[in-house]
Amino acid sequence: MKRNGIFFWIGAAVFLIAIALMTKLITNEYPFFAGYVILQFIVLAVAWSILGGHAGYVNFGTSAFFGMGVYTAVFLFKVAGAPLLVQIVAAAGVGALMGFALGLLTLRMQGIFFSIATIALTIVIETSITNWRYVGGAAGIQLQRPPVTWPFSGYVQMLFFVQAVLVVLAVVVSRYIQNSWIGRGLQALRDDELAAECTGVPTLRLKVLACVVSGALMCAAGAPAAMYLQYADPSSAFNLNYSVSTLAMSLIGGTAHWAGPIVGAILLGTTQQLLTVTISSEVNVLVLGVMLVLFVVAAPEGLIGLLRRVRDKRREGKQ
Amino acid sequence: MISGPWCADPGRRTSAPSNFGGKGSACANREGGGSGAGQGGPYVFSFELLLDAVVLGVLLGCFYAAVSLGLSVAFGLLDVPHVAHPAFLVLASYAVYVLNEFYGIDPLLAGLLITPFLFVFGLAAYRLYYETFEKRGSDAGVRGIAFFFGIAFIIEVLIILQFGVDQRSVTAPYIGKAWRIGDMRIPYRLVVAFAVAALLTTLLALYLSKTFMGRAIRAVAQDQEALRLMGANPIRIKQWAFGIATAVLGIAGALLIIVAPVDPTLDRAYIGRTFCVVVMAGLGSMTGTLVAAIILGVAESIVLTLFGASWAPAISFAMLLGVLAVRPQGLFGRRS
Amino acid sequence: MTPPGTSAPLLQISGLTKRFGGFTALDNVSVDIRPGERFGLIGPNGSGKTTLINCISGAFRTEARTVVFRGEDITQLPAHVRTRRGIARSFQIPRPFKSMTVVENLMVALDFAVATDPLVSAAHRHETAMSILAGMGLASKADASATTLSQVELRKMELARAMATRPKLLISDEAMAGLSSSEVDEVLDLLMSLADQDITVIMIEHIMQAVMRFSQRVMCLDAGKIIAIGAPNEVMANQRVQEAYLGT
Repeated sequence: MKRNGIFFWIGAAVFLIAIALMTKLITNEYPFFAGYVILQFIVLAVAWSILGGHAGYVNFGTSAFFGMGVYTAVFLFKVAGAPLLVQIVAAAGVGALMGFALGLLTLRMQGIFFSIATIALTIVIETSITNWRYVGGAAGIQLQRPPVTWPFSGYVQMLFFVQAVLVVLAVVVSRYIQNSWIGRGLQALRDDELAAECTGVPTLRLKVLACVVSGALMCAAGAPAAMYLQYADPSSAFNLNYSVSTLAMSLIGGTAHWAGPIVGAILLGTTQQLLTVTISSEVNVLVLGVMLVLFVVAAPEGLIGLLRRVRDKRREGKQ
Repeated sequence: MISGPWCADPGRRTSAPSNFGGKGSACANREGGGSGAGQGGPYVFSFELLLDAVVLGVLLGCFYAAVSLGLSVAFGLLDVPHVAHPAFLVLASYAVYVLNEFYGIDPLLAGLLITPFLFVFGLAAYRLYYETFEKRGSDAGVRGIAFFFGIAFIIEVLIILQFGVDQRSVTAPYIGKAWRIGDMRIPYRLVVAFAVAALLTTLLALYLSKTFMGRAIRAVAQDQEALRLMGANPIRIKQWAFGIATAVLGIAGALLIIVAPVDPTLDRAYIGRTFCVVVMAGLGSMTGTLVAAIILGVAESIVLTLFGASWAPAISFAMLLGVLAVRPQGLFGRRS
Repeated sequence: MTPPGTSAPLLQISGLTKRFGGFTALDNVSVDIRPGERFGLIGPNGSGKTTLINCISGAFRTEARTVVFRGEDITQLPAHVRTRRGIARSFQIPRPFKSMTVVENLMVALDFAVATDPLVSAAHRHETAMSILAGMGLASKADASATTLSQVELRKMELARAMATRPKLLISDEAMAGLSSSEVDEVLDLLMSLADQDITVIMIEHIMQAVMRFSQRVMCLDAGKIIAIGAPNEVMANQRVQEAYLGT
């Protein structure tokens, strides 16, 4: 346990240092441009799994959180020219509030009702933003990036590094939850909410906590996207594709371990980038959908589950 | 982009706020140019405008009932988290489109022709769902929902790959003309949709209450064990019911493309509409489905008249949220 | 053991009514449970037994002051707080945490229900869980997945999980349903031994020999009303109880 912890922190530090070095050494912008999207999906998938994996509440509203992150950034930038860090922190706050509201919804709805409610929330928010002219309405809004600050050589490099920090943050939080009493409580309420409550688990408080943490991370992940694209419009910021991608990445990676969503996001994120560039974005969604369905049917525990099964088999073989 | 019958007419894409003013009721106006309705703009209340909206809302509501019937059976009675229902619906519409466009078959007849295929498709789909999820039991909820969500996306993309993202429509003698009563214009296509929808709803309600199989389906929703003790196989019955739920999509899909042109992502808007209707109705109630659909139709129609088309996509979803939060058992709920 | 009737009641139910829509599941039920008592609750199906324990354990909310536990009105408390106050229950149909092992099921209770001293290490709590399992004869199954247990093992695990919350009042909801007669004796002996550890036990049961052997007092519900309460023999001999069970 202890040794695992040390390895984890060393790994996180090495990852960040490597990213920082990359932004110094590589001058071509394209790898950062593509890598940013993968990092963004890692944050989304890890955040999604906190609620969807541990607590078993399927959130189709990833797009709602992501989109609100984008528009929090857009609003703050337009109203006060707020710097990136402020945009992200504010987006996390907005996401936490949304998560709180979502957590209260779990009081009245479970299972499919909760999932449908999250889609509904997405569309209602999207429509409201579409009708809000200050942030551009349906037509969207152009944004001019401010000059980049030291020590970064380019804005995209900075965004890439910032998103990498968010990745580390999300993974640290998710790992902590999995290994702590919070994780055990969420797992219990996923298995049986009434039994958990009668065993002393404060189910509502834990669900709200999971929603708040998950929501804050998703919103924060969305905030830099405004500056990344230098443009925002409601139908792409709130696109349901974010929901289905995140869901697919988490479930394909496997939600039983914090590393699952990371594996899923890297694998699918990379595939998506390649497919979008080489074939078309439609084929990319098709592959995503087919993979999701295949995994859900044939390997319900995801890649992590498959790995564990192989490992258990080998261990049995040795004995 | 979410769109529906309101903003789905080519050349009348109304999502931009610039269309905010001067717009009465989209459906009343769309067939024959400006009637009296649009004159006052959306901000001035007028009785005729409201009456228009209510009449059109009721017609539209019946149509919503027809497209929700299958979900009312699949989700309301069988507890299958069928998020892909609207995607199946749009798929049926495209089948109708192909039969109409390339073989000149009347859309309603085309809907009837594809019904048997849909029935078999439904039988197979339930079998797959049962074998992979219901039978295994644990954690079926999460994965079942994800499964149907994935299926919906696959259908969407396959349609895009085959037909592109453009809207498709059908031709029939009753499409494009309107019926004039005083100042009001009611498009025939809505009248046809209304009549067929009412007929379909009645037939399904009768089937579920009068026939042996229909009553077995309702029994399976109440108490599977009791049915098993009586020697019936609940899985068979559920499979049959899911077949029926999918089969009615033939006519429903025809109505969908009769009422307005369809595009591949139209199913997203109908997730809101169909689930709103089914949840508001109270799971599995056929009368409830009709009443709830009419409430939704009228609400959409009125909001559209007063606030403009850009708010239209949110109405059903907002009502769905409201119902879930306030009265999750619906208006005619079978569960306490 | 405290002799019944001498000390303040552990649990006071007074004027408890529970309606679902137009259906009255419990109609003005009042009863006191004394500390250390072994209390049997019987009644035909649908008479309101499970509703009553749902009201006590907090799955259903009731009006103020209808449920008082150790002198405190607990009607406004959510179920998990009631568990921490000392009310534990098992379920009519076992509800294990399926994704966990047997010992992990107990760890949930130890993590959440017991006011934990941060100094008490996870290893120590694991030890506690193991000793409870040993007491139930489940030690060998500690690392087995909860889904692999037999019916009687599931029943025992539920009782063990309830015990891990350190209850003062344990409500056992038909813990013997569907068991063979030797298994019934096993579970009954377990419940008896718990009662000897100064835990008050309310037992809902259909198996009459078990109720008779176990209970110091028996209460019979029918259609949400108390139709008899008292010594087991008296209640069994009661005309209305026999009618309720024979359905006349």
